[in-house]
Amino acid sequence: MYRYDDFDHRFIDERVAQYRDQVRRRLAGQLSEDEFRPLRLMNGLYLQLHAYMLRVAIPYGVLSSNQLRKLAQIGRRFDRGYGHFTTRQNIQFHWIKLEETPDILAELASVEMHAIQTSGNSFRNTTTDPFAGAAADEIEDPRTYAEIIRQWSTLHPEFSFLPRKFKIAISAATEDRAAVKMHDLGLYLRRNEAGEIGFEVMVGGGLGRTPLLSHTINPFVPRRHLFSYLEAVLRVYNQYGRRDNLYKSRIKILVQSLGPKKFAEEVEAEWNASDREAVALPDTYVREIAAAFAPPNYDRSPTDEGAITRDAAGNSGFARWLKHNIATHKVPDHAIVTISLKPIGETPGDCTSDQMDLIAALADELGHGEIRVTYEQNLVLPHVRRDRLFTLWQKLDAAGLGSSNIGLISDIICCPGMDYCSLATARSIPVAQDLSRHLAAREEAIGNFSIKISGCINACGHHHLGNIGILGVDKNGEEVYQITLGGDAGNDAAIGAILGPAVKSGEVTASIDKLIDVYLDRREGSERFPETYRRIGAKPFKDALYAPR
Amino acid sequence: MQLVTGNRLRDGVPVYFIEGGRWSPALDDASLVDDSKADSLLAEALGGPKPLPVVAPILIEATRQNGHIEGLSLRERIRAQGPTTGPMTHQRLVIPGAS
Amino acid sequence: MLLVEDGTLGEDRWRHLEDDEAVPEDPAITVSLARWLKTRDTLRTHNGKLGLRLPNNAAPEEIAPDLDRLDLIVLNFPKFTDGRAYSQARLLRDRFGYKGELRATGDVLRDQLLFMRRCGFNSFVVGERAVAEEWGKAFGEVDVFYQKAADGTPWVMRQRLGKPN
Repeated sequence: MYRYDDFDHRFIDERVAQYRDQVRRRLAGQLSEDEFRPLRLMNGLYLQLHAYMLRVAIPYGVLSSNQLRKLAQIGRRFDRGYGHFTTRQNIQFHWIKLEETPDILAELASVEMHAIQTSGNSFRNTTTDPFAGAAADEIEDPRTYAEIIRQWSTLHPEFSFLPRKFKIAISAATEDRAAVKMHDLGLYLRRNEAGEIGFEVMVGGGLGRTPLLSHTINPFVPRRHLFSYLEAVLRVYNQYGRRDNLYKSRIKILVQSLGPKKFAEEVEAEWNASDREAVALPDTYVREIAAAFAPPNYDRSPTDEGAITRDAAGNSGFARWLKHNIATHKVPDHAIVTISLKPIGETPGDCTSDQMDLIAALADELGHGEIRVTYEQNLVLPHVRRDRLFTLWQKLDAAGLGSSNIGLISDIICCPGMDYCSLATARSIPVAQDLSRHLAAREEAIGNFSIKISGCINACGHHHLGNIGILGVDKNGEEVYQITLGGDAGNDAAIGAILGPAVKSGEVTASIDKLIDVYLDRREGSERFPETYRRIGAKPFKDALYAPR
Repeated sequence: MQLVTGNRLRDGVPVYFIEGGRWSPALDDASLVDDSKADSLLAEALGGPKPLPVVAPILIEATRQNGHIEGLSLRERIRAQGPTTGPMTHQRLVIPGAS
Repeated sequence: MLLVEDGTLGEDRWRHLEDDEAVPEDPAITVSLARWLKTRDTLRTHNGKLGLRLPNNAAPEEIAPDLDRLDLIVLNFPKFTDGRAYSQARLLRDRFGYKGELRATGDVLRDQLLFMRRCGFNSFVVGERAVAEEWGKAFGEVDVFYQKAADGTPWVMRQRLGKPN
């Protein structure tokens, strides 16, 4: 994976010192809260209900075992012994003291990490495929480009005060595992007929109050001109994006109001007027960054598949785990392992410091020291030999990390909600916990399914993209939950539609149960929920949920 | 009835204003005043020596029950008592009304 | 009070004319964009130095043909969170080759100074607190940059390739 060079080290140390001074000035009263807020947000520090919350950047979701151990240590020393993995492939700590944050950032810097731009109206963490470098279906490793974009987007002098936040995602595989189309700017890596690498650029996706999927504004931007093209997009947005209304300030609203075609023309004109060569990305440089992502030294001796079959036959838990948590690796005899952070009835995405330490140790022992974070709030060991899977599962299971539910209905995406977040209008974690407990018994029968829960309209829990989405809102002081159906992420991304009136907090689980009943009753063959929903429409679901009994 | 609350600047802990200029992390310590006196309570809280040790103090509605002060909104109850659900295996409360 | 790029503080020696104010004989003056567009030809013959105040929703293209006559362009940050003037500054410097003084006014804060300088600003209208808080030091807090910008400082990709600029 990418290692800091002297420039990166110097930068991060300077940045910690700069932030330390900003905190000092705030505590001394030289900075008002209004002045300090954007500064702390540029370093990922929010003020939440119970304490400050620090969101640490995990660039494109890639962690080394040492970094994960450092996160565990921070959880123990500065928080309450756990952290929460987010839908932006980051981790956040919910019980942080402002006065300790400079020290935390210094600790992070010691393992080449930071919290820069995990909040604020600038570039956020660029996300990508958690299976990058291991997936059988990728053109090239997208981490190279995610790292190049990470550096370019760090403290960009022109674009640090955009109308609103700006999220970029990149995928280089046939299957989109990064929900690219819901991003302000999405990149699909493409190879043209001449064999050159470039990017399909999609702009204007996003969730929140106005959920929209992005539009392609350029089918192929040559790799060499990545920076100049991105700057053209951002310059158009910085100048013309709305700043009068928080809810209309994302780029998606600008793209929507101009129309994708006109927006593309504006970008094209800006791009044509710019000096592309001044910021051209030379092949030699791409190769230099790509070298950091060279594959690990795989042990290519053959696996005894018979042994795996025997272990699975003798242990139904392991058999289930093999079925749901293992993906095909591009190298024979290897597997991509997803570690579920969704034990039944627990908080989605939470991980204790002890668990982090264990996962780091297992990554060292069995997975070349690499860990990934998924936007679905799970962890991945991308390179595990198949003949070590049983050992791995046993050790995970003993630590409460053996859940076999990846892609199933208890693999719920969920924001922290009103239990922690000052923006939330309702709780989301207890809803997820109750659903998971209740639906676990029949999740095998239900099959692939996504429930996504947000505790407010900002949609950190991606509820619009859930097969079933749940949005918690406040209605006259009471928590009620709006249900959307038919959403989907990935290649077939779709925004869910609101089913009807919101349901009361105590009725969420029973309501979802009824909707699942309709699906199981009406689905044909191996039809996924969005397909059934599109085929039969909303009415059968409405009837089941709202019909008088 | 209303009281003044904010989060302590140095560590973010929710604190409650006591007439006379002090802040306490214990909700029961708060000065709970009639609505008619709320604005002057807030003014007193905001008028303390600068820099204020508390971020963005605001008025919230609360009542006194069985000798204890309680915020009216669920949000304020969570702020005062902590999350209704804990991290991994540390759960405390169940959701009201849920199965 | 004015802060300049090298970190020193000074006084503003320009007169910033209202639109209905008569043009004085020869001191350095600035005018609004509206006035400039209306009376450009007369203003060009002004004896002293000439400056222009460009609102942050105006396209720099509008004044591109006049840049040879302008000694000062004042860009505005109505709120420090409104970053439009950063793009205006870069366009003026990088695309239209403006070489004169580029001044930041409005909600100019210490922790934005470095971004401003990188986008091409070289003077900053600041308040009294700039003295006590040693705002000049803000320019040197970070000296590793990951982007090419308008101030010509080396940036990391080119430094790694051995071609700093």
